[in-house]
Amino acid sequence: MLKESNRDLQKIEKTNAPAVPEQTRPGPVFLPAVDIFENDNTIAVLADMPGVKAQDLKIDLREDVLTLSAHVDAPESSGETNVLREYESGTFFRQFTLSEVIDQAKIDAKLTNGVLRLELPKQERAKPRQITVKTN
Amino acid sequence: MLFRRVWPSRPAFENPYAEFDQLRREMLRVFDTLSGADTSGEIAAGVFPPMNVTQDDNHFFVRAEIPGVKAEDLSISALRNRVSISGKREIAQERNGVSYHRKERAEGEFSRTVTLPGEVAADRVEARYVDGVLTLTLPKAEAAKPRQIAVKA
Repeated sequence: MLKESNRDLQKIEKTNAPAVPEQTRPGPVFLPAVDIFENDNTIAVLADMPGVKAQDLKIDLREDVLTLSAHVDAPESSGETNVLREYESGTFFRQFTLSEVIDQAKIDAKLTNGVLRLELPKQERAKPRQITVKTN
Repeated sequence: MLFRRVWPSRPAFENPYAEFDQLRREMLRVFDTLSGADTSGEIAAGVFPPMNVTQDDNHFFVRAEIPGVKAEDLSISALRNRVSISGKREIAQERNGVSYHRKERAEGEFSRTVTLPGEVAADRVEARYVDGVLTLTLPKAEAAKPRQIAVKA
């Protein structure tokens, strides 16, 4: 029982992101929680982005910087008044620097139930060259 | 003035510590405001899932950010003026041979009960789970609806 309760989701807070680059849109910016893992062929990124629609999600890979950004519009209609407020809707924004060369053509992104799954296939690298040192 | 901010009139929660948590956040916000820090939009609930409750004349709306669960894993119940949301978030095991760089997403069971300011018609509650956000539409019980009162001359 104790072990079970330790696994409970108790404390998850939306983290405010330092807005870099600064946003032109007013409103809070949040860092989505991510899992990042890799195997020999791919790097995978999973990001929690509740409320994001596929058409509002921007994934950008330039040089070796991966940028995820998405804006969520407030779902409340105008006639509603607040009773209890624990979270805000705003922009999700996060950047990563990738150390591997990614095959841009084969990037795969899926958004299911507010979770983004991004598969970044590593590019075939030139084989490491063996350098022979000549001696006289 | 300060007291009004520190003790807002909000519905009580099942969890007795929620009130303290709320107080802590309000205090921090007051201090941040006094020191001039920008805290716009910084409302962290400290519980999962974070919920927003709103109302209009005829309905209460409960919204909760629960990314990455299956709709069938959510269980919702409403009785009089209480709504409970519980469920389980599971993160699928990746294939062997992967090495993790970051693991920030949590999994586990969650359960929350929120007390609404009025009774709801529990048999007409609607729940939708779209894009990781659960939205409950709870029609107010007749007794909880505001009534227009005609003034007689």
